[in-house]
Amino acid sequence: MMFRTPKQVGEWVNRTKKINFTFEGEEFSAFEGDTISSALWAAGQKVLGRSFKYHRARGVLSLANHDVNVLVTDGIDTNIRADVVEVKNGMVLTAVNTSGGVKKDKNSYIDSISPLLPVGFYYKAFHTPRRLFPFWENVIRKAAGLGVVNFDYPRILKRKTHSHCDVLVIGAGPTGLTAACTAAEAGLEVTIVDENLQLGGSLGYNRAGDTSVMSRLDNLISKVISLPNIKVMSGSYAAGYYPDHLIPIVSEAGINKVRAKSVIVASGAFEQPPVFRYNDLPGVMLGSAAQRLLYRYAVKPFNNGIVVTANDYGYRVALDLLQAGTKIVALVDMRQTGSIVYAAALAKRGIKVYIGHCVYEAIASSDKSGVRGAVICPYDEKQSVALTDKQFTLECDGIAMSAGWAPAGALLYQAGTGMQFDYGVEQFVPSRLPNGMFAAGKVNGIFELEQRLRDGVRAANDAIRHLGGQAPQNDVEKHVGISPSHAYPMVPHPKGKNFVDFDEDIQIKDFVNAAKEGFDNIELMKRFTTVGMGPSQGKHSNMNAIRILAKIRGLPVEKIGTTTSRPFFHPTPIGHLGGRGFHSHRLTSLHDWHQANDAVFTDIGAWKRAAYYPAAGQSKEDAIQTEAFAVRKTAGIIDGSSFGKIEIHGPDAALFLERFFTGVYTDQKVGSCRYVMLLDETGVVIDDGIASRLADDLFYLSIGTSNAAAVYREMQRSQQMWQLNIGLVNVTGAFGAINIAGPAAREILSTLTDLDLSYGSFPMSSVRESQVAGVETRMIRVAFVADNGYELHAPMGQIPHLWNALIEAGKKHALCPFGSDTQRLLRLEMGHAMPGVDTDGLTNPFEIGADWAIKMDKPYFIGQRSLTILAKRPLRKQLVPFVLAENYKGEMPMDCNLVVDGRDILGRVTSISYSKYLDRCIGFAYVTPARKEVGSVFQIRADSGSLVAATVVKSPFIKTLKGA
Amino acid sequence: MPLRLLKFALSKEHPAPRFFKSHETPKKSYDVVIIGGGGHGLAAAYYLAKDHGITNVCVLEKGYIGGGNTGRNTTIVRSNYLTPEGVNFYDASVKIYEGLSEELDLNLFYSTRGHFTLAHTESAMRTMRWRAEVNKHVGVESRVVGPDEIAKACPQLDLSCSGQAPILGALFHAPGSVARHDGVAWGYARGADRLGAEIYQNTEVLGIDVKNGKVCGVKTNKGYIETKQVLSAVAGFTPRITEMVDLETPIVIHPLQACVTEPMKPWLDTILVSGSLHVYVSQSSRGELVMGSSLDPYEVHSTRSTLDFVEGLTSHMLDMFPFLSNVKVVRQWAGMADMTPDFAPIMGKTPIEGFYLDAGWGTWGFKATPISGKTMAQTIANDSAPDLIHSFRLSRFEDYELTGEKGAASVGH
Repeated sequence: MMFRTPKQVGEWVNRTKKINFTFEGEEFSAFEGDTISSALWAAGQKVLGRSFKYHRARGVLSLANHDVNVLVTDGIDTNIRADVVEVKNGMVLTAVNTSGGVKKDKNSYIDSISPLLPVGFYYKAFHTPRRLFPFWENVIRKAAGLGVVNFDYPRILKRKTHSHCDVLVIGAGPTGLTAACTAAEAGLEVTIVDENLQLGGSLGYNRAGDTSVMSRLDNLISKVISLPNIKVMSGSYAAGYYPDHLIPIVSEAGINKVRAKSVIVASGAFEQPPVFRYNDLPGVMLGSAAQRLLYRYAVKPFNNGIVVTANDYGYRVALDLLQAGTKIVALVDMRQTGSIVYAAALAKRGIKVYIGHCVYEAIASSDKSGVRGAVICPYDEKQSVALTDKQFTLECDGIAMSAGWAPAGALLYQAGTGMQFDYGVEQFVPSRLPNGMFAAGKVNGIFELEQRLRDGVRAANDAIRHLGGQAPQNDVEKHVGISPSHAYPMVPHPKGKNFVDFDEDIQIKDFVNAAKEGFDNIELMKRFTTVGMGPSQGKHSNMNAIRILAKIRGLPVEKIGTTTSRPFFHPTPIGHLGGRGFHSHRLTSLHDWHQANDAVFTDIGAWKRAAYYPAAGQSKEDAIQTEAFAVRKTAGIIDGSSFGKIEIHGPDAALFLERFFTGVYTDQKVGSCRYVMLLDETGVVIDDGIASRLADDLFYLSIGTSNAAAVYREMQRSQQMWQLNIGLVNVTGAFGAINIAGPAAREILSTLTDLDLSYGSFPMSSVRESQVAGVETRMIRVAFVADNGYELHAPMGQIPHLWNALIEAGKKHALCPFGSDTQRLLRLEMGHAMPGVDTDGLTNPFEIGADWAIKMDKPYFIGQRSLTILAKRPLRKQLVPFVLAENYKGEMPMDCNLVVDGRDILGRVTSISYSKYLDRCIGFAYVTPARKEVGSVFQIRADSGSLVAATVVKSPFIKTLKGA
Repeated sequence: MPLRLLKFALSKEHPAPRFFKSHETPKKSYDVVIIGGGGHGLAAAYYLAKDHGITNVCVLEKGYIGGGNTGRNTTIVRSNYLTPEGVNFYDASVKIYEGLSEELDLNLFYSTRGHFTLAHTESAMRTMRWRAEVNKHVGVESRVVGPDEIAKACPQLDLSCSGQAPILGALFHAPGSVARHDGVAWGYARGADRLGAEIYQNTEVLGIDVKNGKVCGVKTNKGYIETKQVLSAVAGFTPRITEMVDLETPIVIHPLQACVTEPMKPWLDTILVSGSLHVYVSQSSRGELVMGSSLDPYEVHSTRSTLDFVEGLTSHMLDMFPFLSNVKVVRQWAGMADMTPDFAPIMGKTPIEGFYLDAGWGTWGFKATPISGKTMAQTIANDSAPDLIHSFRLSRFEDYELTGEKGAASVGH
């Protein structure tokens, strides 16, 4: 392990646990607690991945979950972030998006032809001639993309949990830890979350060579742990902000959805790279990445390095490197004045400091796998140019770079925080926070430790007061002194390759050229250059992009603005977001019976309904015809428990129905049933059903299965407006229903009830309440599927008993269970049009011949106004019953086949079926009014294109064709 | 490598000029003022100049061009609608799209990938057949296919959808395509600019002057502009513009959300839509899965994201593609959809003389960009709407002559 240092205070690796793994076929060892990147770096492996566009070699950049060029696969998972994912024993890893391995990636030739690939090159070529585009598209599609998806990857059902707290603190650095303690000491329930596995944030690694700060961190952490009302969630990130402080916290285990009363964002800042030629070589890394390597994983970033800085932070990094025994060749400070605070400390150690200089370019080692030196030039900070006539070269094997920070403010932005650019700290800071949101620490532009601790206390006090407690009120801390971020840490180079966005390989000239082409608005520039659109979503690139654009346009940074921040803070797995999935199915209490009797099920809304019951080897068509035939000849029985069932109680019940439906109900007699039809305000047919009056102030409504929930919702909505004296109860799930129909239905039923079923005392369209087979039942006499039918409504739990009693009683009459598909045929034979099947989103009642159901002389009903207008207009289409020729044996048309006349569409078939009982093909179709008369002939175009003649007949079919 | 990229390698100065000029303040008057610098408004400006020689035109954009729904949609182009009027209209759009990269000399990555609308229920199958029948009648390539053909086109799809919603078949629409949405706006902007139209970004319309039922000018944050013809092409902001001229429309605004994953190597070659599972998905040329769902079920004038949207969508994606568990969603976003009662657009003249409306684009605006630009240009130039958009006129709501596209518009509505 060439780069492993002796033990560092507070290191995250466990030296007693050794781990073996392979990367690109080579064997490596590591310690438990190493990330994949730190383990490889410790072993001297510097090329960890290849870049997205140019396939350039890349190593460590941030070690903070935005090293997007270092994605690996273990053959199962892909796009694993090597910089933060812990290495596990036995892992077999390769880099993604290479051809022939990370060291000898054959696609690295793309780097040398990069002049052919200017910004937005794919807009500029490949489209002429048109016929070649598919070829080029294929080339580009294959070149794009990162990892390969594993189609055998198992579906992982991650759990989702919910929690609540008074204060959610995001970020467990010194600021967040202090804020959490302050809030907890005031008695509040606190949750603190941090994406790192260990607490402490930058306090754990930003030491300026002084490891004594670690005791302060230990104290802070002990205090947090000792407070019982602080819940610590490490290894978890706040993935996004949603209204009312809903924040999903993502960890390996799943998502915890936190609903917080207040939120303190202490999420810190992302270090931003200075931009110079070859700032992407393996071995060139952010200063904070060097510190993380060193203190978290006890790995030296390099042996003999240069620190290039445009702020004081680089000096701190240099002191840390020195403390760990790394040789510092020089510190290069791009500013005109060096660090007042740290200059002496470096001078004492004999480190050469070049003030007012820059790294003009890093020099790649011969195999381009690392750095062997750097060209240093004086730097004109005002003009932002290197003075190349005075250049000189320094040898080194690595470069640490610091130039400034961008706030990790994604959640603040998403919550609607107003941000303004503060030139004192050269970063965006919150200026107007949403109610209950507080910001603390580096997101406020405060970098000095003592100030951050005070700001943490201050933010917690603000949260305490927000929640009604007593706490002092102080202003947000204000940074004093030299800015922690440089205003423009860029070094132009005629040959480019000075990278701003490492995800997408975007260089300074790409921005300049994009602006030349007119994309000089930050949003347009983002879309044209794709800056910030990579997986790191601009964490290390957006700020520099804004600075470059400001310079190009000669505008102050705040005039440029920022792009919109959107969830997610880090890319979040689909398995986490999707969770266990949720599909609701509703089963009737007879479901087991249907299954035992070999029913085929169909989904209608959320319900599983028995569609038909095929005998062994019987086709669907056969089964349906057999069942329907039995209903006509003897009797059939169907489980109608999924029908919508709604009770309307109260003195205004009849009035409510009159407003809601098209018919009249105030004069409806108790014990009788009436048809109901629901329209929408535009007069379109929505649903129909039967209203049974059980008492003066009680109607029992039964409607179709699929619309039941929507109808009930609409009833509630209407009642909100009308405020009638009624109550609505949806009893769809409480009641089941059985329909027994056919010539023998009455006889079968009569054996199970004492009720007088004679037609005189229980006529059609009436309702009775009586016991059937000992069950209290609401019996409705209807003629939906056959002339003689009874709907029996009873509590869902008692339906199986009722059903079995009927089946038993029906045995000698060959009572036949039938399903919902058979019901469709039966109702068609009866000539009933079904809303949703024989109507569409524009059908009005006149078009289906339902004029009889419309009582226009009422004061009001839903859709009446529209019908008044429609009634005066000529019909555009008409639903007609039709038959095909007797003994028709040709191609069977299907529903939705068109009715045509040459090039004109006259309408379409909505229902069609052969009826064994009628021995005829019958159906409904829309036609133009000119063809609606009985005897008219029209042409249906079947699937193959052949025309089938159909004749309009009178409905119901069983009367017309059988005279029944 | 195509030769035209060579000049970039050989030139010292970046050899590409500005896409469109940058103007400071608008002139005192224009023949036509177009409100909205999205695809539709820019296309209208382009065709006004190209087809009708009307170049004294300005396009006013509140933000940046293509920043509204043009840049927020999931880039699907198709014409498999339900009404013959709809199919003809969108088919005309598809035909322009097919040659648009060449016409605008900008690669829009117009990629014909085939489009499957999956049916999981018998009633969905009925609708698919209806659409297929109408499409075939009008001459658009759509047909109902069975699970085998779907499996052949997308072998990774779990046809049982994890046992939750088995796929019975699909409407296959061969011309279904995706395109680079930003490029469409930029290409039309460049085309319009070159022909003489002026594009103003960061220019907000504050009011529209109407006198005696006629448009006479537009108030903006950059001054007053005299004009007799104004086109509103602002999608989700339509109510804000129509209230300036006291025009009532039945438009309501619902958010429509989408999200995108990290890039991965290409594997999904087709465009898939599932109405029952509320999913549509395609893989972009960058390798990302671009995914959308049904409208948010409530009216909100906002482009905020919600967690339940992405939870529901990803859960259903897993039903279709269980192996995506560890593929990561990078970003979610939303647009404001201007919905009409019949899911068809509102295009053409209005009761206010000189005020033209291109609105009601709900969830289907991007695919219509070229043809809406062309027909609106025609409408403005002739002060009369062409037959192709007659069915989309505003007065249809008073006339009870709706164009019922509900069954074919996107998913799950």
